[in-house]
Amino acid sequence: MATVSADAPAASPAPRARTETRAAWLVRQFARLPLQLLMIVVALLWLVPTFGLLLTSLMPSDRISEMGWWKLFAEPSMATLENYRAMFDDSDLVDALLTTAIIAVGNTALLVLVASLAGYAFAWLSFPGRDALFVVVIGLLVVPLQIALIPIFSLYNSTGLFDTELGLILFHVAFGLPFGIFLLRNFFAGIPKDILESARIDGASEARIFFRLILPLGLPAIASLAIFQFLWTWNDLLVALTFGRDVQPLTVAIFSQLRQFGSNIELIAPASFLSLAVPLAVFLAFQRYFVQGLLAGSVK
Amino acid sequence: MAEVEFDRVSKVYEDGTRAVNDFRVEIADGEFLVLVGPSGCGKTTALRMVAGLEEITEGVVRIGDRIVNHVPSRDRDIAMVFQSYALYPHLSVRENIAFGLKVKRLPKDEIARRVERAARILDLEPFLDRKPRALSGGQRQRVAMGRAIVREPACFLMDEPLSNLDAKLRVQMRAEIARLQQELGVTTLYVTHDQVEAMTMGDRVAVMRKGELQQVAAPQELYDHPVNLFVAGFIGSPAMNLLEGRLERAGDGLAVRAGGQTLSLPAELTAARPALARYVDRTVIVGIRPEDLEDAAVAGDAPEGRRLGGVAQLREALGSELMVYLTVDAPAAVTAETDELAEDRGVQQLGADEPGTTVVGRFSPRSRVREGDRVEVVVDTSALHFFDPDTGLGIYDATNGGGPT
Repeated sequence: MATVSADAPAASPAPRARTETRAAWLVRQFARLPLQLLMIVVALLWLVPTFGLLLTSLMPSDRISEMGWWKLFAEPSMATLENYRAMFDDSDLVDALLTTAIIAVGNTALLVLVASLAGYAFAWLSFPGRDALFVVVIGLLVVPLQIALIPIFSLYNSTGLFDTELGLILFHVAFGLPFGIFLLRNFFAGIPKDILESARIDGASEARIFFRLILPLGLPAIASLAIFQFLWTWNDLLVALTFGRDVQPLTVAIFSQLRQFGSNIELIAPASFLSLAVPLAVFLAFQRYFVQGLLAGSVK
Repeated sequence: MAEVEFDRVSKVYEDGTRAVNDFRVEIADGEFLVLVGPSGCGKTTALRMVAGLEEITEGVVRIGDRIVNHVPSRDRDIAMVFQSYALYPHLSVRENIAFGLKVKRLPKDEIARRVERAARILDLEPFLDRKPRALSGGQRQRVAMGRAIVREPACFLMDEPLSNLDAKLRVQMRAEIARLQQELGVTTLYVTHDQVEAMTMGDRVAVMRKGELQQVAAPQELYDHPVNLFVAGFIGSPAMNLLEGRLERAGDGLAVRAGGQTLSLPAELTAARPALARYVDRTVIVGIRPEDLEDAAVAGDAPEGRRLGGVAQLREALGSELMVYLTVDAPAAVTAETDELAEDRGVQQLGADEPGTTVVGRFSPRSRVREGDRVEVVVDTSALHFFDPDTGLGIYDATNGGGPT
């Protein structure tokens, strides 16, 4: 008896509390409804053209010009991979894809290496003029790359870098560095000082600290930087048009398929979709490194 | 293993602040020395100078017989435990502990052997493959200890390693670290602001204030013979009661008159502190430890010269003892030191604007004192402390040179 009467009042508040929170949860959801609807609309606005591009690329080439992509819904059996096969048979486009990959991967890798080394130096090493130099780097953030096109063009002409993949890689790295250094320095500076001091006392050299601690701990920022830089350079048209003639990345190759009267849409659609799908895949592959709280548990 | 020596070490920052000034201590081989003081007294700076994380502006730091002023941290053969533990978050406990050994390129089986041994000593065996974030505060603390002991260094440096733990764990780890240090026999420099840690763990304790060393001594010596007002007030909890009084001749001996109260000094006290004679008819600061006060109702009769009268303001029953805060009709001692101590404890000096002074007594729990009662208190006058109100120095022998060493 005594146990029952003791238990009863203790047990009853719990379910009541739960129904209250459920009601509160519903209210919260309703309050967020307009915002969520807006987000869905915006997302659809962005997705529809992409989706249209995908469907267009799947349509038989002889019918693309006479009907819209939505007709594919009415006649799904019409869908074909023929356009993709034709694209991969076109050696110019395949070369262009390869060129794009070399430039995007190469400049991203080089940028990450240089920016992380510089970021570490700006964050954790003390040398004369460090802060002044960092201000200069920040100042470079506001320099648009367009103003450098002509001078660099003449520089590349005289050094033989014109129309080479290396030339394009170096240009992208140079203009990616201010942002890269800025981003990584700030992230590295947030790594607790105690960890680095502890490693120094443990006998680690600066190189070991950089490769064994800074790089793994800086992974979220490094992954962000890599994704941004990869997307920018993968999608670049202007720089490639300026510094390349025979070296053509995919964007330039697609651009050259445009005609004043009627374009090779059966080549452009799959190539564009491919050019869009690769960065998306890269983003999805790297996004798990955007994990917050990677530093949890190190210092209290 | 080695001795560590600070030889007239100073640290001056670019803005001219002297964080540590003319600091001189020798830590014997295998000794456990605790550096204690209020926050901002320079104790952590002193430690970091031994670690090589802070440049030494003046003077010399020796580890063993080597001057290490310009030796980089990694070549000093030291291990440090940080207040924040500073574990490597992306490495498992095993890798954390092994980090320093891998850097030294020890053979794999030797590394494994040492890590296993440290894990056994510290009860970390079940957690070796976990990441630090999956550990509790106490376990993280032990990993930090493990990382230090596998290195088998010449010297351990510990920077408030227990301050992030809860009270119970802190007491437990306190004992554990002291035991570990004794077993390993490694010279240890331990920084804390907690005087209980200092008293319980150290072979010797060095008290610092505003970058200056005040006194280095064994814990009991520090407690019984504080060299000055600051050490007297800092060591001991609750703190020593400090009253202002006037030393007078009373018959053959001496007596001190503080407000309406008079305490006569026993002959052995005046014999042990001959310098007191020079303070006759002058103002002195009288220090009374709380445990040297007792409720007269419990202690029994005592002569007139051993009593204080006061009104009980607050009683805290701790079971084994009873803390009673009383207002006594006597002026409080107010100096730069007492102000600083009060600030460090986070309290205003009680009764600064009231007549009388609050003193704390550690009474027997049999005392029946209630708030508001008038209380007669018996003072153990043989344990009184005396300080010069101008210099703050303890009044001991004829030279008055800062007391016993």
